[in-house]
Amino acid sequence: MIIWLTIIAAGILTYAIRLSFILLYGQIRMPSQIERALRFVPPAVLTAIFIPELILNDGNPFLSFGNARLLAGMLAIVVAWRTKNVIYTIVIGMLALWILQFLFS
Amino acid sequence: MHANKSYQVLHPARNEFFSGIKAELPLMIGVIPFGMIYGILAISVGVPANAAQAMSVIIFAGSSQFVSAQLFGLSVPAIINLFTVGVINLRHALYSASIAPYLQKLPTRWKWVLAYLLTDEAYAVSIIHYQQEGDDRIKHWFFLGSGLTLWMTWQLSTAAGIFLGSSVPASWSLDFTLALTFIALVVPAIKDRASLGAALSAGLVAVALFNLPLKLGLLAASLIGILVGLLLEGKS
Repeated sequence: MIIWLTIIAAGILTYAIRLSFILLYGQIRMPSQIERALRFVPPAVLTAIFIPELILNDGNPFLSFGNARLLAGMLAIVVAWRTKNVIYTIVIGMLALWILQFLFS
Repeated sequence: MHANKSYQVLHPARNEFFSGIKAELPLMIGVIPFGMIYGILAISVGVPANAAQAMSVIIFAGSSQFVSAQLFGLSVPAIINLFTVGVINLRHALYSASIAPYLQKLPTRWKWVLAYLLTDEAYAVSIIHYQQEGDDRIKHWFFLGSGLTLWMTWQLSTAAGIFLGSSVPASWSLDFTLALTFIALVVPAIKDRASLGAALSAGLVAVALFNLPLKLGLLAASLIGILVGLLLEGKS
């Protein structure tokens, strides 16, 4: 029972967060500084999510040529930069990870 | 490809809807494994199958579902679980603020639906589309198309993961597709020094503060990244 109540409450909370500014826009005036800041939301947030996935191993820095995720991720960054193609980036990154993991094992 | 000009003129809204689906589809090769891993994880920590799937429908936010399922497995108090979901999903407030100006003229029922569909992946393709040339009065159909594509895919892939349970080995490293999806979204969007600075500083701070509880490091890193972007933009 408690698990269901938690899920429903978490759903309402997440929905309220998503709805917040969409519903309030126009009723509260957004400072221009904040409007300028919004452009940086996607690069800042998404990079903050994926960089630790490449650099950390169980929460500890793992900066070495033995880090398959870091190498595969760096290759994926180059592919994304050159091709701007989502499928190439994910497929090449994943293949690189598997090959490196196989080589390092 | 059947290119029919009169079709596009007569059905611009439908055209937008299908463009949204098409823009979202490539992201699905990252989302499908992620959804499956979530399903596998939820079952393996003891979340009942129906509750695991209900989380995908009711919460509909991948990383928070991951963490929340793990907290259920650890029998953490409900209030802490709830607070954690809120903190992890706080970034959606930034998305909400960022996309709000484009939705303000829509009827309220559209706002309620699109807010439910406001995920990382649907936001990323829709905000790019909104910032491009075109008829702003029909672009919400693009958002709807991309959002529903992600929704369907997320439900089906988490269901597949729940069904498979623990039969997919961890050595496949399918969780890495999440990082790759975000790389594919971020890198092409970095067009100037300010956005590069925002991304790099956010990434560095996220690493430095990774071990803070409740993913607070993610929140701090995001805010610092945004600040660095603003400072660099002000200079140039």
